[in-house]
Amino acid sequence: MKSILNIQGLKASVEGMPILNGVNLSINAGEVHAIMGPNGSGKSTLASVLAGNEDYEIDGGTVDYLGTDLLDMDVDERAREGVFLAFQYPVELPGVSTMNFLKQAVNSVREHQGLEPLKAAALLRLAREKAALIELDARLKQRSVNQGFSGGEKKRNEIFQLAMLEPTLAILDETDSGLDIDALRSVSNGVNQLRTPDRGFLVITHYQRLLDYLVPDFVHVMVNGKLVRSGGRELALELEEHGYDWIQDHLPE
Amino acid sequence: MNTDTQYLHQVAESDYEHGWSTEIDSDTIPKGLSEEVIRLISAKKHDPDWMLESRLRAFRHWEKLASDTDKYPRWAHIQYPNIDFQDISYYSAPGNKPRYDSLDEVDPELIKTFEALGIPLEEQKVLAGVAVDAVIDSVSVATTFKEELAKHGIIFCSFTEAIENHGDLVRKYMGSVVPYTDNFYAALNAAVFSDGSFCYIPAGVRCPMELSTYFRINEAGTGQFERTLIVAEEGSYVSYLEGCTAPRRDENQLHAAVVEIIAHKDAEVKYSTIQNWYPGNAEGKGGVYNFVTKRGICEGAGSKISWTQLETGSAITWKYPSVILKGDHSVGEFYSVAFTKGRQQADTGTKMLHLGRNTSSTIISKGISADRSNNSYRGLVRINKGAENARNFTQCDSMLLGDRCGAHTFPYLEIQNPTAQVEHEATTSKVGEDQMFYCQQRGISEQDAIKLLVSGFCQEILTQLPMEFAVEARKLLAIELEGSVG
Repeated sequence: MKSILNIQGLKASVEGMPILNGVNLSINAGEVHAIMGPNGSGKSTLASVLAGNEDYEIDGGTVDYLGTDLLDMDVDERAREGVFLAFQYPVELPGVSTMNFLKQAVNSVREHQGLEPLKAAALLRLAREKAALIELDARLKQRSVNQGFSGGEKKRNEIFQLAMLEPTLAILDETDSGLDIDALRSVSNGVNQLRTPDRGFLVITHYQRLLDYLVPDFVHVMVNGKLVRSGGRELALELEEHGYDWIQDHLPE
Repeated sequence: MNTDTQYLHQVAESDYEHGWSTEIDSDTIPKGLSEEVIRLISAKKHDPDWMLESRLRAFRHWEKLASDTDKYPRWAHIQYPNIDFQDISYYSAPGNKPRYDSLDEVDPELIKTFEALGIPLEEQKVLAGVAVDAVIDSVSVATTFKEELAKHGIIFCSFTEAIENHGDLVRKYMGSVVPYTDNFYAALNAAVFSDGSFCYIPAGVRCPMELSTYFRINEAGTGQFERTLIVAEEGSYVSYLEGCTAPRRDENQLHAAVVEIIAHKDAEVKYSTIQNWYPGNAEGKGGVYNFVTKRGICEGAGSKISWTQLETGSAITWKYPSVILKGDHSVGEFYSVAFTKGRQQADTGTKMLHLGRNTSSTIISKGISADRSNNSYRGLVRINKGAENARNFTQCDSMLLGDRCGAHTFPYLEIQNPTAQVEHEATTSKVGEDQMFYCQQRGISEQDAIKLLVSGFCQEILTQLPMEFAVEARKLLAIELEGSVG
């Protein structure tokens, strides 16, 4: 099976404080991996580091993405190579129209792939199609990026962008937080439709409930900046039952 | 972002697109300013006696102000050495010709100059719907669509022609909004101004096209001192555009203009500016000193004056397009984007003076500073005693690109009537690293992300510009941010 991402011994810190303490993780094409863990365990840091956020210092380890050194690439380069991060807290871009933003993003990726830029009409058609897929309110496309969106609308907009950009590796950072149950169901439904044999997902979540809708192939538990347990779907259910303390009490020596 | 600084340095170093000059013969009078020079300018312009007298009155007043350098206007948040007013030539006309009767008389080099600036003067080539008055150095070289406008009774011509053919109107209105005693540079302008545009819209007429004046400084060692006078009679409407450029020169050149607008009952005047004078190089050498007085009066009830400006040029910008809201229910608006980079300094804003009842004003100012530039908003909202139920809304947003630039806000409120409703909002933000990260995570390059965020920041102002101008404005902003010639 084709390997998309291979993380070995990844260590990272922020302002001298270590957060990731040697993460090992391998994702193949077509797989959905979920990372669960208590608050402050380093889940979101892993997402940020993979996307290239310069607030974090890399202290060791390697990240191989499709045979190249991911850590050596700039943020926008990673994105053009197919790494997508659905943000936990998407920022607002006042005055920047959603369609203009999408046009630049989509065409940056296309240009990188040696494709012709999409013209306005084709882009609109694509946007309409993808918005329907994830049940995004069409009016949101006419607003400035995320400006005045509710928490749920922002999260949905992230998945909409994921659908537009068709990445190879999609990282979802607590996409479920702040969503009510209906929104959770429809966002998960959208993501499920984006599962393809050549795309890998890394889904970060605090709660198991997302995984009821977005069923992972693998579940990993992060504690203190390390993946301490890995397993199948049932691991999430065990966690749900026993809580994170149970994991911490049963750490392997 | 570490690469920010590098990119912003490029921005500051970026070339000024209109920095070339035209080789043409010109009639430039020797440097220096005296009563003799005023008389010389007046003679070259074939002024009537009243005009000469008006110039001399202004000159004597200015001399008094200028006799003591301590009295030079120093209150703005800008720094520059004292200007040597004797080291400037106050009159320069291309081709030894103080005025042109038709385009055929204009040196082809000059026509090419304006074409290269994107301002074709031959009417068949001109954008439909825009009439242009082209002013180079001290002289208006061409005004297009005059006959077409005349059919509607609209007068649109150079100031020189207006003095000659419409002397009564000029005498009635010139100096009525900005008297020569108003300030230092207004006095200087009233003494030495050599041309400009005059525009008169008769009662009930909606001007069928945009009127525009394009100002170009070409000659070295000169200043440009023009006047614009717009009179909108009862129930009329006009949209007026102004653009400015100058060659790249190591010396500082002075531009001291005066614009006056009179809006009678129910008249509406929309005045838009794209100011792109040469800003000097990245180290702050050269560039235009732009000291301009712009003011309109909503004379009649229900009248409206709206100023929109995009200020990207000049080493120093000192201007406060203002509205005197005299008529009841009159409306004043000021929309501004000021972008500074390199060592540019801008101190700009507005004055909204509420005299009439139920008057309202809106001020939206966006300042963007990059590199080592300084950008200040300075605005006065005054509600007079008799101005019942006056309203003002002010919003000033500043954006900083990099950490060596400055943004400042100086709002003044003087409220003498308790029924006034005044709102003021101000924000200052660095172009957010989280916003940059968000854009870049979507594959957008750093340069494009900055452009996207800055134009988003200016969006609500740019939409105020007339369509053709808005396109130009977007391009200009993109070029300013580009780091290379567009």
